[in-house]
Amino acid sequence: MELYILSPILFPLLGLLINATLGQRISERAISGVATLAAAAAFLMSALMFGQLSGGDARLSATVAPWISAGPLQVSFGFLVDRLSIVAMLIVTGIGALIHMFSAGYMHGDPRFRRYFVYLNLFLASMLVLVMADNFLVMFMGWELVGLCSYLLIGFWFEKLKNAEAGRKAFVVNRIGDVGFVLGLLLIFATFGSFRFDDVFAQAKAQGEALAGAIGLITLLLFIGATGKSAQIPLFVWLPDAMAGPTPVSALIHAATMVTAGVYMMVRAGVLYELSPLTQQIVALVGALTALVAGSSALRQFDIKKVLAYSTVSQLGYMVAACGLGAFIAADFHLLTHAFFKAALFLAAGSVIHGMEHGLHAAHGAHVDPQDMRHMGGLARRMPVTFLVFLLGGLALAGLPPLSGFFSKDEILLEALKHNVLVFALLAASAVITALYVGRQLVLVFAGQPRSAAAAGATESNWLMTVPLIALTIGTALAGLFNFPTTHALTDWLAPVVPHGETPKFMPELAATFTALGLGGLGAAWWLYRRPERRFEEAEAALGRFLAGAWHFDAAYRAVVVKPFYALSTICAQVLDVGLIDGAVNGVGQLFRQAGAALRSVQSGFVRSYGLMMLLGIVLAVAYFVLNAR
Amino acid sequence: MDTTAFVALLSSVLFTIGVLGVLLRRSALLIFMSVELMLNAANLAFVSFAHRWNQLDGQVIVFFVMAVAAAEVAVGLALIVTIFRTKRSTNVDELSALRG
Amino acid sequence: MADLIVLVLLGAVSVASALGLLLSRNAIYAALFLVLNFGVGAVIYLLLNAPFLAVVQVSVYAGAIMVLFLFVIMLLGAERLSPAEDPPGASFQRPLAIGLGAALLGLAAYVLFIRQPAAIAPATPIDSSPTAVGLALFGDYLFPFEVISVLLLVAMIGAVILTRDR
Repeated sequence: MELYILSPILFPLLGLLINATLGQRISERAISGVATLAAAAAFLMSALMFGQLSGGDARLSATVAPWISAGPLQVSFGFLVDRLSIVAMLIVTGIGALIHMFSAGYMHGDPRFRRYFVYLNLFLASMLVLVMADNFLVMFMGWELVGLCSYLLIGFWFEKLKNAEAGRKAFVVNRIGDVGFVLGLLLIFATFGSFRFDDVFAQAKAQGEALAGAIGLITLLLFIGATGKSAQIPLFVWLPDAMAGPTPVSALIHAATMVTAGVYMMVRAGVLYELSPLTQQIVALVGALTALVAGSSALRQFDIKKVLAYSTVSQLGYMVAACGLGAFIAADFHLLTHAFFKAALFLAAGSVIHGMEHGLHAAHGAHVDPQDMRHMGGLARRMPVTFLVFLLGGLALAGLPPLSGFFSKDEILLEALKHNVLVFALLAASAVITALYVGRQLVLVFAGQPRSAAAAGATESNWLMTVPLIALTIGTALAGLFNFPTTHALTDWLAPVVPHGETPKFMPELAATFTALGLGGLGAAWWLYRRPERRFEEAEAALGRFLAGAWHFDAAYRAVVVKPFYALSTICAQVLDVGLIDGAVNGVGQLFRQAGAALRSVQSGFVRSYGLMMLLGIVLAVAYFVLNAR
Repeated sequence: MDTTAFVALLSSVLFTIGVLGVLLRRSALLIFMSVELMLNAANLAFVSFAHRWNQLDGQVIVFFVMAVAAAEVAVGLALIVTIFRTKRSTNVDELSALRG
Repeated sequence: MADLIVLVLLGAVSVASALGLLLSRNAIYAALFLVLNFGVGAVIYLLLNAPFLAVVQVSVYAGAIMVLFLFVIMLLGAERLSPAEDPPGASFQRPLAIGLGAALLGLAAYVLFIRQPAAIAPATPIDSSPTAVGLALFGDYLFPFEVISVLLLVAMIGAVILTRDR
């Protein structure tokens, strides 16, 4: 039974063990095959459990072993599969398996092919630990493990300093969030005396009034953790840089799964958030602001992946805002649809980059950045499958019916309209902006004429890459059905485990308004960028610089945090270390050196001198005993 | 003054002369002979005390000391011969490779 | 009393021969002084009721060991010796050595004469014939005796290896 419940975690672990030990003897095909099969097996097991849960079981749980046992602190490796975690498990393993397959084509020929798949399997296992934990501490273990995988994969091509720096930045920024998370964990234990979700939530429900202050602080601290992992203001700056990693990694980790961990955590701890209205206000505002700031920043990016990265931050803002509004189910729904369409978009972007690199190779031409949209154009004809995927994913992102993004975004907007007008306004504005940058990207990449030899020579990717693309596109198109406004299947499914209010009634006029706004945004984008060359200087203008620099968050951090820190480090390194630490160390060394130099003359090398000293010692010893003997 | 005290004093004098021989002479051979003199002085003390206390153990110890001395002389002289081969001398002051 | 007079005479010869060893400029003379010293020692052993050791002293020390010394001296041709001299750069060697030697002697004299131990009654003389010594060696002291035999064997092998021509 335990093995069965743990199997989604164990399969990727098995895959990574096989690849880590035997990987050097087997071919690329075998390596990617093992890794992909492991992911697929994990998906299969999750599906089996899903069947069991829908068959009537409320939950499956397994306690593997005690972890920490110290007085009142009792933590065990406990895992829990309930209606909430199974949804996340299916997303992680399903999309994970498709991205494994895509990677087999995308990473073909990379010198560290094996290591890549080892990391990818490790990520899958870690993410499942996070999702399946039955207490906060095991969740935090998974939380840190996925952070490690993220760091390893962002800096995967570490030969380029820029990539290594991006990995380090992600690591450091996430640690800042983690400090909040850890403090939250400590406070949870201090308040409830347990880390188990069941105990904590039961107690919180029972005496929520009495503990309101503590719960408010806990939720706030946990939210700080979420702003790191899920890239919210003020800690979102790492995610755009994280695009330095391989594109499938961006799709899996930095779009579909890991970055949604913060949202998942808040949905899981929904009971606590329900009890602290003040925190909810903050969460909702931060989420909505993030949606707007990141969305507008996406408007002036020229790197195909950076646009998607800012878009991811923006969409995460939607989910976080939904959590803040108490619409946890809507947040989870958007998490689900976003996982599909953003993974599809990223993989399609990867396919574009791959095609551009091929074109570059064929052209032997000038050096152009294969990710720069200014060098693309006209790719629709050269890469039809990729174009179709990108188009559908983009329209879903822009929230156009009947694609999945429409339904989930609509739910969040409905909730916002019901609870908080300011949040609604911010989200509505960013919805329009979303349509604008999606349209801009579609036009720049796929419409018009090729603007470089690489784009002219780009070719469609092979089946290993297009099959996952098509599969994800089907998900993108149909995921809305999971929570279709008339059936509310997902709401019914999650209702027993996630706190929820009255489900807002579908408002056709709102949906129509936003569909019209979305179409208007796309149209405006097409009109603005139909002759794109004219627009390439826009990044130079003041507003362009402001947006391209993501509202200057990075610059501000550099000035306020990084530079003083470097200055302090320099003082430590060049003054304190050299003067004080090294001085003390060298001083001690010098002392003994000079003492040795002074004393070495004693070692004359003459046997008779040594004999004389021996005699001196003997006489003294004998004298001592003779004169003291009584 | 009784016999024991006198022999013990004689032993001390001989021992001191041996010490001075070791410390003052430069020839490895003479140093070595001085060491033998010191051993002999110790033997003398052993025998006189054995006589004083009417026990045989002192004499047995002296026997062992002689055996050890014999072994020591065999090895020591072999060493002196070897050193002489390389240094062409038995002067211990020339063996100062341990100088600091 | 007669014993003491004989002992004083023997002691004088012994000290004189030891001083001869200390001051001799010729290695052969030094070795012969030592032989004389050992011979006097053997006589003292006889007076002290240790006839077995007296014989061993003559045959092993004055005989075997000193013959070995003479062999080596003549083998190396190293009979001419330089006078006692300080090691280079250590002029304190001689005064310090003599001073320390005097101190050592003074300590011995202090113990023997000033802090005389309580007198004990002279016991009846025991049997110290070679038979008795042999019984002790092969009885109570059998194990050390065997160890000494191994030591001698090792010393023999060591001497052979050290002096072997390479």
